[in-house]
Amino acid sequence: MKVAITSTGNSPDSTLDSRFGRCSYFVIYDNESHSTEFIPNPNKDSIEGAGPAAVQLIASRGAEKVVSGEFGAKVKSLFDTLKIQLVVLNDPEKKISEIIMLLNHKT
Amino acid sequence: MLIIMPRPKRIRKMTNPPHFKGFRPIALPEENDPIVLNYEEYESIRLSDFELHGHLEASKIMEVSRPTYSRIYESARRKVAEAFVLGKSILFEGGKVFFDTEWYSCKSCGCYFNHPAKEQRMDNCPLCGSSDIVQYSENTQLRPTEGSCVCPKCGLKKVHSPGIPCRNEICPDCNSPMIMEGAPHQHRNLNCN
Repeated sequence: MKVAITSTGNSPDSTLDSRFGRCSYFVIYDNESHSTEFIPNPNKDSIEGAGPAAVQLIASRGAEKVVSGEFGAKVKSLFDTLKIQLVVLNDPEKKISEIIMLLNHKT
Repeated sequence: MLIIMPRPKRIRKMTNPPHFKGFRPIALPEENDPIVLNYEEYESIRLSDFELHGHLEASKIMEVSRPTYSRIYESARRKVAEAFVLGKSILFEGGKVFFDTEWYSCKSCGCYFNHPAKEQRMDNCPLCGSSDIVQYSENTQLRPTEGSCVCPKCGLKKVHSPGIPCRNEICPDCNSPMIMEGAPHQHRNLNCN
């Protein structure tokens, strides 16, 4: 299963980005092959509609779970219809590698 | 002519719809007409007899009044009893409901998450896999159970007692109503004095 995580940078040592639509990078983590992919967010500086565009990007990569600090009002209903689970983590200090470690506890 | 029009039904909130269609009695050759159990009736049995909520509590979860909830529950029990006694099958169907996703919080890693696949029960945190999760409701967030009340005039602090709003506490030194510590208006009040 693939999990999308919002990140402030493009290395596993960067921290979780608390914004969803305007985060710097998306991390797509596959917990079967344990591969990570960093995608720069093309909508980082857009004025409007960054959230829905980000949803599309994540859905096209086939992620089933999204970890971020916060989700906007437009995004929540979109994720509900796509059946993608939202995980709100209120900890901007958390590193991407730590989140991946947490995710692996399950399997 | 008198036209009697009933009040429209309030739309009931469903959080966990069943993931199967119904029940059928074992070893009964002829198929008789099934009993239709509405989704709201299923939900009332789930809330009252499975999750063991009181009627008042359950009615708040379903966003209907307490008497309405009791009526739904009564009707649900009668239908279930009828199906049991007469050997009828039960179908889950219809009802005036809307579906809402539930939010949970994990006590072990402190994250919040929702649950879009309603058909499955939520038992584990999607992040750390811990089973120490609680259903998240807005009421628990708004009314803190711990922390302290602070006096806006002299800054005196007092341990908050759960259930009593901070503004009902009176500062013993300057007799002014106290406010919640860390509230957005705390800073403003301290500055004016």
